[in-house]
Amino acid sequence: MGYPVVHIRPTRGFASLGIRELWQSRELLYFLVWRDVKVRYAQTALGISWAVIQPFLTMVVFSLFFGRLARMPSDGVPYPIFSFAALVPWTFFANGVVQSANSLVLNQNLIKKVYFPRLAIPTTAVVSGVVDLVVAFAMLFGMMLFYGIAPSANIAWLPPLLVLALVSSLGTGLWLSALNVLYRDVRVVTPFLVQLWLLATPIGYPSSLLREPWRTLNGINPMAGVVEGVRWAMLGTPTAPGPAILVSATTALALLIGGALYFRRMERTFADRV
Amino acid sequence: MSDVAIRTDGLGKLYRIGRRRRHDDTLRGAIAEGVQRAAHAVGAFARGRSLGCATAKSFWALRDVSFAVAPGEVVGIIGANGAGKTTLLKILTRITEPTLGEAVVHGRVGSLLEVGTGFHPDLLGRENVYLNGAILGMTRRDIARKFDEIVAFAEVEEFLDTPVKHYSTGMYLRLAFAVAAHLEPEVLIVDEVLAVGDARFQKRCLGKMDSVAREGRAILFVSHNLDAVQRLCTRCLQIDKGTVVRDGAVGAVVEGYRSRSDDRSGPARWIDLSAAERHGSAGAQFARVRFSSGSHALGGYPYPFGPLEFELQIASEADRTVQSLAVVIRSQGGTKLVNTDTASQGIPLHLSEGVNLVTIRIAALNLNPGVYTVGLWLAGSIAAATLIDHVESAFDMEVVSDGSLGFGATPRWGGAVATRFEVIQGRTEPAGSQVVGGLSDS
Repeated sequence: MGYPVVHIRPTRGFASLGIRELWQSRELLYFLVWRDVKVRYAQTALGISWAVIQPFLTMVVFSLFFGRLARMPSDGVPYPIFSFAALVPWTFFANGVVQSANSLVLNQNLIKKVYFPRLAIPTTAVVSGVVDLVVAFAMLFGMMLFYGIAPSANIAWLPPLLVLALVSSLGTGLWLSALNVLYRDVRVVTPFLVQLWLLATPIGYPSSLLREPWRTLNGINPMAGVVEGVRWAMLGTPTAPGPAILVSATTALALLIGGALYFRRMERTFADRV
Repeated sequence: MSDVAIRTDGLGKLYRIGRRRRHDDTLRGAIAEGVQRAAHAVGAFARGRSLGCATAKSFWALRDVSFAVAPGEVVGIIGANGAGKTTLLKILTRITEPTLGEAVVHGRVGSLLEVGTGFHPDLLGRENVYLNGAILGMTRRDIARKFDEIVAFAEVEEFLDTPVKHYSTGMYLRLAFAVAAHLEPEVLIVDEVLAVGDARFQKRCLGKMDSVAREGRAILFVSHNLDAVQRLCTRCLQIDKGTVVRDGAVGAVVEGYRSRSDDRSGPARWIDLSAAERHGSAGAQFARVRFSSGSHALGGYPYPFGPLEFELQIASEADRTVQSLAVVIRSQGGTKLVNTDTASQGIPLHLSEGVNLVTIRIAALNLNPGVYTVGLWLAGSIAAATLIDHVESAFDMEVVSDGSLGFGATPRWGGAVATRFEVIQGRTEPAGSQVVGGLSDS
């Protein structure tokens, strides 16, 4: 039996991403996700329903103000399902960002006592939201049934779109979690950032409302591509992902790689600073 | 297997400390400072001057530490609080990076830096075994294979499906230690876990460590309990101010450490309390304290059933009478074991302006060998509102064995309280009686 020989020495500058090490600790990742999910659902009185209530109530509020009062156009589908189809992936993204941003500080006990790839912590925070996402999608299917909307073959594009949401969430979360260790006010900034991002994403409104330079520019926001894409895949709105989705994907990937590099660079000081 | 388990070469760790500005760790502050600095740089550039940069205060928690440990070796690491022991372990377990030097570790490192790390109170015992095992680096297969063994060692079979928040401290600890001990790492690092848990459990932990060492794995054992170090280790490193000052056979190093002259909490030396953490209304303060058993052979160290004298220097700003002055001895776990409160004898104490000397003499100390924490208490009366000065943790005091077991040896049986007892045999009652054995304390 071979055993690893570990060289411990000071590192400088940018470290490698350590993907292999992360892959080797995938079981740890699995257990951490499972812990998060189990504790979350065991602890809350409403249990699983929170995952649904959050986007559902937002949908109700949006439908009242944007749909009823402002008579917002909704790409030819009823406004409630128009906004809900967008809120489902958005809630997954936003919760992932908030949870992972706080994840290192919340798990400081672990960080100060045991070594394991630190990337596992914010990754866990985002991935454990997948369970909520699945539940929320079940709710979306229920609403589609209610409104008599059948999904088309476009639904095959749903998985890659959701992966894009996950990548965006993790990329943002990695940046924020590392910054959160260094700067304690990041915790305050995060919800604000998420709120602004919500407004900058075509969730309560269709992107067809935007005029031209802005509409393409909006593609830089990876969540714009996700939200419009999910609507197209599920409801058949005329927002099929065009070249803009490539821009979205590129931004998301850049966020993820940049975030991971920054995270790995700062990682060595976490135990001393958190 | 390689002939080296751990090798460190010039290991050093620099920590920045001291006054960081208030906004230093906020993003807002960082941005503001960045802007300020940029403006400053532009200004300096305009005036043709280079930039001066104020450096934060820093200190070497570890400096030039080099040693090698062979497989199967059990090495004790001793030293005063803050000497750098924990920093060394944190580097070897990769929790923090060294600033200088290199360490090479052959094989997996299992650490018991704090048992129960990663236990989640709401998860069941069974679930925590898997979670904790995964955090410590075991695979699911490893854990499943070892599961029964872990549970048997921890003796929590009936409580596997109970959330660990309902566990007693003892059960919790047993389960946590059991998981870590079954990790089967090539290098095991143990930091002060034995300070907790009952004697029987401690014994089993030591036994487990013994067998781990016999399997050819290296163990680093950090402890304040010199007796445990002596019993368990073959070799010992003493760390002081971040460097290894002694490295050799455990007996020589431990005895050298015991008799070291710079020991601030050794017997028969005045221990300065001016910098101690304290509460109270002031007006009078414990300035210095000295303790001794008076035994020349033991260098003044207290021993079970021996006398123990505390001399207290109390600096008072005015003449006053106090009702309550106490020396409190606690276990490392924080249990109050001895409290010599003068209030219990109803003797008021007169302090005059200036430095007063009060001696408290314990006729026979009923404590077994081990390390205890001594606290000092001074109050107008026993009511806490009249508190004048309270140093909860003035210094750590080691009680040693009186030599009947050999110097520095701790009996394998434990228990903080020393008691004299005898065994009477052959008093078996006729059948049917309730008394079966003949073991009694007296």
